[in-house]
Amino acid sequence: MIAARNIIALKSILHKEIHRFMRIWVQTLVPPAITISLYFVIFGSLIGSRIGEMGGFDYMSFIVPGLIMMSVITNSYSNVASSFFSAKWQRNVEEMLVAPVPNWVIVAGYVGGGMARGMLVGSIVTFVAMFFVDIQIHNIWVIIATVALTSATFALGGLINAIFAGSFDDISIIPTFILTPLTYLGGVFYSISLLPEFWQGVSQINPIVYMVNAFRYGFLGITDVSLVLSFSVLGVFIVSLYTIAMVLITKGIGLRS
Amino acid sequence: MQSALTISGLEKTYKGGFQALKGIDLTVNQGDFFALLGPNGAGKSTTIGIITSLVNKTAGKVAVFGHDIDQELEAAKSFIGLVPQEFNFNQFEPLMKILVNQAGYYGVERSIAVERAEKYLKQLDLWDKRNDAARMLSGGMKRRLMIARALMHEPKMLILDEPTAGVDIELRRSMWEFLRELNQQGITIILTTHYLEEAEMLCRNIAIIDSGIIVENTDMKSLLAKLDVETFVFDLKPNSKPAHLTGFCFRVVDDHTLEVDVKKCQTINQVFTELTQQGIEVLSMRNKSNRLEELFVSLVGSGQESATSAIEE
Repeated sequence: MIAARNIIALKSILHKEIHRFMRIWVQTLVPPAITISLYFVIFGSLIGSRIGEMGGFDYMSFIVPGLIMMSVITNSYSNVASSFFSAKWQRNVEEMLVAPVPNWVIVAGYVGGGMARGMLVGSIVTFVAMFFVDIQIHNIWVIIATVALTSATFALGGLINAIFAGSFDDISIIPTFILTPLTYLGGVFYSISLLPEFWQGVSQINPIVYMVNAFRYGFLGITDVSLVLSFSVLGVFIVSLYTIAMVLITKGIGLRS
Repeated sequence: MQSALTISGLEKTYKGGFQALKGIDLTVNQGDFFALLGPNGAGKSTTIGIITSLVNKTAGKVAVFGHDIDQELEAAKSFIGLVPQEFNFNQFEPLMKILVNQAGYYGVERSIAVERAEKYLKQLDLWDKRNDAARMLSGGMKRRLMIARALMHEPKMLILDEPTAGVDIELRRSMWEFLRELNQQGITIILTTHYLEEAEMLCRNIAIIDSGIIVENTDMKSLLAKLDVETFVFDLKPNSKPAHLTGFCFRVVDDHTLEVDVKKCQTINQVFTELTQQGIEVLSMRNKSNRLEELFVSLVGSGQESATSAIEE
């Protein structure tokens, strides 16, 4: 009885979240496709052709997994951050808070919505990439697992950001000053083996390095870091961020007075 | 019979030290139409916030149909429908989606939720707007939308926080009628308002809260019996000479209108006697509080026919 109620509640939140980003598809789905197309044209076709090979592949093929992952990260994060903060701002988050919806269902619903957008945008970017390069797949299961876990990680991050946020500025600070630098320095455009030893060490503390490399392994079969380590990092981040999100919502931080 | 709501020793101190509730006790019986009255900042909304888990309490106990909110919060929540004071729906969502999603949060299957949404949107005269974004609605429509939303899971207890604030008289009356029907169906209703007349019209029992303390908790009849003074308005024949009443507090509004405060120990007959002795003729008399409202409803609410009959009377 309670399990059935929770499943319906979860489906309702998911339905609402997916409907939200589909309703504003011009803002949510089109920009990543255009941005990534520009990356392909500039870094792939124009500059990439002069760079030559990287990791045994032409530059365009090398950056495709990273670019897909970049769009998954930013979209899963921003979807939950903006949707949950907007629900706080308009106070319609109270619709869920007054209902018998367990906190884990709220977290799962919003994270599921973020994952859905991240993976849909990832699919769109992959489709766009097919116009520029022959996509090869080394291990589909690694691709699916990496994209699912990465989108879940950043959706959780976006949720925590939205819980703490007091204004719309607060949900753009983390993406601008933390997420974007980490992504650009996460091995999207280069192999970290090209870096001096010191910076290779520094890169090891950037979690996005592990996600991009695991994803690249799924496509090309090459990686700068151990696959086991990559999935371990993802696992640790998901468990940690989920725990933090649950504690914050249970305590009502930013939600209850 | 089990109480719909039991509150004991409820306290709330906000960050910064403001004590909104100073240990209130309250019991609302099943099927009751209960008014929680008080001035702005008295603690009405804080009390409702705690009952519905939007506000964390500092101390005390709250039980909804026997379910303690500390022990069985989800069970307690499932009995409550909340109509908050502020609009708190997604302004960009269509009405139908807002209602169906809300039902989903309570575990109502989508097919059933769609049927209920249709039922309540029609009852509340919002069916034509079902596919419009909520932001397109007028203030009164938004209030009705929040009532429909609160009913989607068919709660046993409906809590309305200032539901008619800023609503015109005609709409307020139709909302009162709708709430009466719900109460007759067995739904316990708790209403906060600072319109005394609204509480008087609808509620059987009443609590008055002031500065976080319940200062009165009784049935409506007992409370009204405590009313010491009522003000009556006398319409006098035009150009009457100035009236003078001994033993009454009165105000001459103009040459044909007189307001008189009649105490419980006095009678209206005494007023008539004195006015007759002074040769002043009374054309009609009304209780001051409902005069404008009655006039407005007779002209606008019931149409031309009732307006004509009012004139003929």
